[in-house]
Amino acid sequence: MARSEEDLKWKDLETGCVVSDAGNASQYRTGDWRSLLPVWDKTKCIRCGVCFLFCPDAAIRKTSEGYFEADLYYCKGCGICVQECVTGCITMVEEEE
Amino acid sequence: MNKKVGIEVSLAAADAIKMANVDLIAAYPITPQTHIVEHLSELVANGELDAEFIPVESEHSALSVCIGSSAAGARTFTCTSSQGLALMNEIVFIAASLRLPIVMILANRSLSGPLSIWNDHTDVMSIRDSGWIQVFTENGQEVFDHVFFAFRVAENPKVSLPVIVNLDGFILTHVIEPIQYWDQEAVDKYLPDFKPVNTLNPDAPVTMGAFAMPGIYTEAKKAQDEALIKSKPEIIKAWKEMGKIIGRNYSPVETNQIKGAETVFLTMGSMGETVSIAVDKLRAQGQKVGQVKIRLWRPFPVEEFRKAVRNVKNIIVIDRALSFGGQGGPVAGEIRSVLYDEENRPLITNFICGLAGRDVTTDNFIDMYEMSLKMAGDKSKEEDYVMYGVRE
Ligand code: SF4
Ligand code: SF4
Repeated sequence: MARSEEDLKWKDLETGCVVSDAGNASQYRTGDWRSLLPVWDKTKCIRCGVCFLFCPDAAIRKTSEGYFEADLYYCKGCGICVQECVTGCITMVEEEE
Repeated sequence: MNKKVGIEVSLAAADAIKMANVDLIAAYPITPQTHIVEHLSELVANGELDAEFIPVESEHSALSVCIGSSAAGARTFTCTSSQGLALMNEIVFIAASLRLPIVMILANRSLSGPLSIWNDHTDVMSIRDSGWIQVFTENGQEVFDHVFFAFRVAENPKVSLPVIVNLDGFILTHVIEPIQYWDQEAVDKYLPDFKPVNTLNPDAPVTMGAFAMPGIYTEAKKAQDEALIKSKPEIIKAWKEMGKIIGRNYSPVETNQIKGAETVFLTMGSMGETVSIAVDKLRAQGQKVGQVKIRLWRPFPVEEFRKAVRNVKNIIVIDRALSFGGQGGPVAGEIRSVLYDEENRPLITNFICGLAGRDVTTDNFIDMYEMSLKMAGDKSKEEDYVMYGVRE
């Protein structure tokens, strides 16, 4: 599971802030950037998976029913999924805190 | 110990770099630093120094090369002045945040404009807050000794920070002084092989210079600040060790004739020598005057400084740079804030002088002393500082 940088205290940082463990990009909370949230309307979705393919952060996952949803730790709210969805079933909505 | 030899300070500094057995030098020539790097390139070309000399196209590249070199685990040196430091600026901050133990000699020179090649401290003050350890030297011998000191401190794994050795351009770089060389064995003993804290190594890959989100940047800066503050005991240790070898003792704040002094001059760099003569003359007239010199500028030796001026009533702070639109020079600003919370804080008069190599004589210092006795504590005075000798 991803670990947020917010769990780190200053003493946890290595000298010069080097990163010595490889493969840690998954810890990077791109979800912090988001101001708009993609919302799926399942009634129009044909489960083609195009949104899944186009998401630049691989933030879209498949649900057990075969539909798609965003993982909010990573979804940066770029709206590319909305642009690419073949049936227009995704909309960006103002995010409430 | 060896006999003293008469040699230009720049050449001696280059010889010290050679004796420190550096692996890589990347530098761009700029007055008044030129003789140092010229001599180093000669030593490398003649095969007297087994090191890479990279003749870069700019100072920005010089320090960038140094970062790569130091990150790869090589003992790394650069040298610049004034505009060269200004062009390096971006990388100066990066070297410190990456905690790379690069050593730089900075031949202090004023910043343009007007264009000037002469000496003052405006260049170093522009990177005051960059996170480098910064020391000042007063004469050629101190420059020579501080080359070894700089590498020893920088590469100490408990420190791992870049170090700047400041020497006044022309006033020191271009004069011939008697300098006592160390024996090579003494250098080798004082300066162990460089064992970097982090290295770029394909067998153990690390990321250096990673991006930081707002969620971690503050922690990164806190860690950097702590590292610089915590370097002080290691710096003091390095001076003590040096004293055992060569018998010259250095410390963060040095004093002269401080006993019974009510007024002290405060200087950094070569002006300390001129002030010491002025102090002797004033003492001979029965004036209660002494001298304090700041050798370690960053990390600022707060406790040592407060202790040094504990019984002093009046401090004459000599600044060789201006903070435009501020309240005088950067040194005076620092001193005021260090002393603000003291119970019996001394009065401060701040003189800006010696800009762009303008001569400041012992008589000028005696004049400043007399002016300061009148000015100190005078609430009706219009300015917090005086640009000494300016033609009105
Ligand atoms: S908004 Fe962007 S990041 Fe979020 S799920 Fe859609 S494509 Fe991915
Ligand atoms: S692209 Fe649109 S229709 Fe296709 S799976 Fe994604 S949401 Fe459903």
